[in-house]
Amino acid sequence: MEETRFKISPSPHIRDEDSTQNIMLTVVVALLPVWIAATYFFGFDSIRLVVLSSLSAIITEAICQKLRKRPVTVWDGSALITGMLLGLSVPPTLPSWMIVFGAAVAIIVGKQLFGGLGGNPFNPALVGRAILVISFPSPMSKWTIDGITTATPLMESAGNFAYHELFFGNIAGSIGETSAFAILLGGIFMYYRGVLDYRMPVSFLGTVAILSILLGQDPIFQILSGSLLFAAIFMASDLVTTPVTPKGRWIFGIGAGVILTVIRTWGSLPEGVTYSILLMNAATPLINRYTRPRIYGRGVKANG
Amino acid sequence: MKLLKNFKGGVHPNYEKQHSEDKPIQVLPAPEVVVMPLQQHVGAPCDPVVKKGDQVLMGQVIGESSYAISAPVHSSVSGTVLAVEPRPSVTGRSVMSVVIQNDGQDTPIEEQQNPILKSSDPNQRIDVDGNLIRQAINAAGVVGLGGGAFPTAVKVTPPDTSHIEYLLINGSECEPYLTADQRVMEEYPDKVILGAKLLAKAAGAEKIIIAIESNKPEAIKILEKYAVPNEIEVITVVTKYPAGGERMLIKAVLNREVPSGGYPHEVGVLVHNVSTAWAVAETCLTGRPLIERVITVTGSGIKEPGNYLVRIGTPIKNIVEAAGGFNGQPERVLCGGPMMGLAQFNLDVPVVKATSGVLILTEKEAQKYEPLPCIKCARCVDVCPVYLMPLKLEAFAMNEMWEQAEEYGAMDCIECGCCTYICPSKRYLVHYIRLAKQEIIAARGKN
Repeated sequence: MEETRFKISPSPHIRDEDSTQNIMLTVVVALLPVWIAATYFFGFDSIRLVVLSSLSAIITEAICQKLRKRPVTVWDGSALITGMLLGLSVPPTLPSWMIVFGAAVAIIVGKQLFGGLGGNPFNPALVGRAILVISFPSPMSKWTIDGITTATPLMESAGNFAYHELFFGNIAGSIGETSAFAILLGGIFMYYRGVLDYRMPVSFLGTVAILSILLGQDPIFQILSGSLLFAAIFMASDLVTTPVTPKGRWIFGIGAGVILTVIRTWGSLPEGVTYSILLMNAATPLINRYTRPRIYGRGVKANG
Repeated sequence: MKLLKNFKGGVHPNYEKQHSEDKPIQVLPAPEVVVMPLQQHVGAPCDPVVKKGDQVLMGQVIGESSYAISAPVHSSVSGTVLAVEPRPSVTGRSVMSVVIQNDGQDTPIEEQQNPILKSSDPNQRIDVDGNLIRQAINAAGVVGLGGGAFPTAVKVTPPDTSHIEYLLINGSECEPYLTADQRVMEEYPDKVILGAKLLAKAAGAEKIIIAIESNKPEAIKILEKYAVPNEIEVITVVTKYPAGGERMLIKAVLNREVPSGGYPHEVGVLVHNVSTAWAVAETCLTGRPLIERVITVTGSGIKEPGNYLVRIGTPIKNIVEAAGGFNGQPERVLCGGPMMGLAQFNLDVPVVKATSGVLILTEKEAQKYEPLPCIKCARCVDVCPVYLMPLKLEAFAMNEMWEQAEEYGAMDCIECGCCTYICPSKRYLVHYIRLAKQEIIAARGKN
């Protein structure tokens, strides 16, 4: 046998097959039913907004990485997710240049300024949405369905909506939030693939439901209307910007639910999902710090 | 259905036991030259007691130490000492070793032939004094054969204040690929039971529990025949890595936790590997010290995977040859399993007491990945069997924040590698935690 030298490496020498790219791809696939539903109800505007937003996010990410002299990693899918999420959380009438601007800002301010993937404290898509709401308040709150401008269900003037309409869609709002059915479908897929921790949506939605009962509101209406369900499943579950501990994830969801109910009930905005999640994103490092799991063998006494 | 004994955390890699689990143990002829490192155990290294040119007999002590925590090393063949010099060992470091030319006679040393146990009946009552058993184990140089390599005699001599309720015999060979312990249970059940009884007697343990992973039904069936109510029990534990970790096994079987930084005897438990029990029975029955062990040679990179009884000190080159040689180009040669095994850069290193297998992985099995940024998916937190936050520890280690790493429990890490295995960004988590542990220990040494 000839003398050979073999490669050495630290253990473990085998790895799980799942990859970061797979996780991102799973989220993209989970967003497809939502996008399809949006396209069914809003037509070409849905395609226009999501495609432009995604392209803008991906191109901006590539430019930023070139400028930062870092490897261009747009194929990891994370910029695509940011783009899709932002495109799905704006009204159908938003002008094209605004969505392009919003997605670029989401990537620059929300992600690349913090060092890129994994470094950002805030959900980039929500940063983009918050900046769009602040910069263009009027176009960002223009809700139409079938070409007729209406109020979103959450505005008091909106009148009553049937639950089935809220569930399957066909109501005014951001394009991605109309069909609860499509959102749940995506959520179930992510859960099945091990990408969605049930704690986050359960605690977020549960808190809103309990608080709305206490405040004399209709809990089902509160959950199905506005972007709550969409955000609870696709944004509160963003891995990078939410706690890593099981206990922390419960706290994150409960905190977001409380903030959302306060904004919806006493705030001047009709919708507070963006800010409730962004505020909890800010609290995430602190939550992680104070919800560290008890280490094996700590706090136990020897009995021998 | 009986609920399997489980523990929190852990991973499910492909177990790959099919390569070798049905292959009976074959005796591998002793090689022409053996290399006997003088440190094959946790504790003080041995000093050589032979020199170049000496004639040695099989079973003769060639290295010993005056320190309490150590284990003597014996020649596994009879022949001539060729050299006493540092040689690369499985860890990659050079270790003072005795190199012996085998004369092929296997002439045993006389004074070792005094077995303390007369009968090999596994159902006998052990009447031998516990002290005598401990002395025999110590003189035979038996160490934990599961990979821990802690001197067995020291382990069965817990402090006076300790009261041992349970002796756990660890048959949860959780490392993928390896089947040596499984074959020992299936082929030498008498010796495993006898060894367990001897260990229990030596440690004063009240009850013996043999814990076997659910993927070894044959071994469970065989050993259950020896079960005695309130004395010997066979328990099936979940097939999950690292079920065979001492702390995980105690948690799963007895729902007790070993105190952080402490030892199992503090919660009334001792854990010994099935192969260790076999070695104890062998030495008590024959008077022969630990000079051979069962190892698995496996992986897609070897032509004829199997289980072999080999002499300690056999270079892995001989073992690869005996197993038919490489099957294609090997990507990685490991001593031990794929999760915690040590990569070797050539085939000169010898099998030591703690080597449970030689694993040849192909490029497909041992893929190389470039680490990507951490996306805080928390899978490492979910799988950590000691409930650490590996992503935090890695970040602290990368930024040389050793105090924070210690605060977050770096020293509690058992280095099982679950975090690195599961990481979708393919980060070297456990590697950095090891680094943090070294730095913390170094800092403690300075203060």
